Amino acid sequence: MAHDHPHDHDHEHGSDLSPMAARVKALETVLTEKGLIDPAAIGVIVETYETRIGPRNGARVVAKSWVDAAFRDWLTRDATAAIASLGFTGRQGEHMRAVFNAPGQHNLIVCTLCSCYPWSVLGLPPVWYKAPPYRSRAVIDPRGVLAEFGVVLPETTKIRVWDSTAELRYLVVPERPAGTGALSEEQLAALVTRDSMIGTGLALAPGAAS
Amino acid sequence: MNGPHDLGGQMGFGPVAPELNEPVFHADWERRALGLTLCVSSMRQWPGDENRFTRESLHPADYYSSSYYEIWTKAAERLLVKYGFVTGEELRAGRKLSEGAKPRQMLAAADVPAVLAKGAPYDRPVSLPPKFAAGQRVRTINEHPRTHTRLPRFARGRIGRIETVHGGFVFPDSNAQGLGEQPQRLYTVVFAGTELWGAHSDPSVEVSIDAWESYLEAA
Repeated sequence: MAHDHPHDHDHEHGSDLSPMAARVKALETVLTEKGLIDPAAIGVIVETYETRIGPRNGARVVAKSWVDAAFRDWLTRDATAAIASLGFTGRQGEHMRAVFNAPGQHNLIVCTLCSCYPWSVLGLPPVWYKAPPYRSRAVIDPRGVLAEFGVVLPETTKIRVWDSTAELRYLVVPERPAGTGALSEEQLAALVTRDSMIGTGLALAPGAAS
Repeated sequence: MNGPHDLGGQMGFGPVAPELNEPVFHADWERRALGLTLCVSSMRQWPGDENRFTRESLHPADYYSSSYYEIWTKAAERLLVKYGFVTGEELRAGRKLSEGAKPRQMLAAADVPAVLAKGAPYDRPVSLPPKFAAGQRVRTINEHPRTHTRLPRFARGRIGRIETVHGGFVFPDSNAQGLGEQPQRLYTVVFAGTELWGAHSDPSVEVSIDAWESYLEAA
């Protein structure tokens, strides 16, 4: 394998496809030939989640909640409506609930049974969120899981793990980092990482955002 | 069902492996698999909860050795065959060999933005007042249905506290079996980590689930 170039595969011929690529292509071809799907719809769906809907949506929600007390209150009472007011609605975000980190209180979101995740504000979930290590351990060993993300909380901090077993989708609102009093809402949003909105991270300190 | 998907508290899967700057997709077939899955769901030929049940019903060895988009693809194939839209022979051949069932609807590219922005809300009106109140102690039922359920094994037969009383939601346990939505009230129920994992577990941990009313009894 000395000449293996992982990004140099020739995908023009079916025989070069990986087994899953071939399987999905076969399925798509059959469904298209039978008039069951519009293959152009696939492209639009993919473009939506690759370029339009992602964690920057959630970051805007969090940043606004840091600077706007009325919005934060709305987000507490009716997260679905508050988030919709910023234009973020739809699939896998129909019923939203925001949970707030505070001194001594950390929140962590998991879906032990599958991969429920708030698509409308965070986009599609990362692989680790859907994989057995996270799903199995987040509920029984959240501190151990957090440590693998580099998050070490004081022993006195209470950890609440929210298992998304129903159609409610959860967004963690991380604590606002210290020393950010002078930042604009947009600058604050840049400090809000995807992981901080799942609870496997914290918001970045000012100057750490790139 | 007590399937391979019900992972809470299982051991032996190793560390979580977050990927730095993870791309949305790792291969082009994952893009197509996501799109196909959503297109097939949009045919609305079976309840979304049957999708979940079909994924959970993969053989455990298959489930654990498959990535998530593989699981989705395999489940979509099974359902398309079950409901007569395609045949196993067609999937193997990778082409149409016969006419099959016609879908109620097809998601057209032009409609995708509106359909995704609308979503599919699962809240439903329920006429009965809530059986439980915030703060009340409850015990979850200890049942092991062979069918779809959202009560994870780690939280069965456990004492918890009602934290939030929600409105009515489609009951996935019936919906997945084609028995209708039979909406029920939903509750957020909190358990002490020690109630779930024993006296020696981390006392600073609490775990909540969202539980339908029939999962709960007064305690």
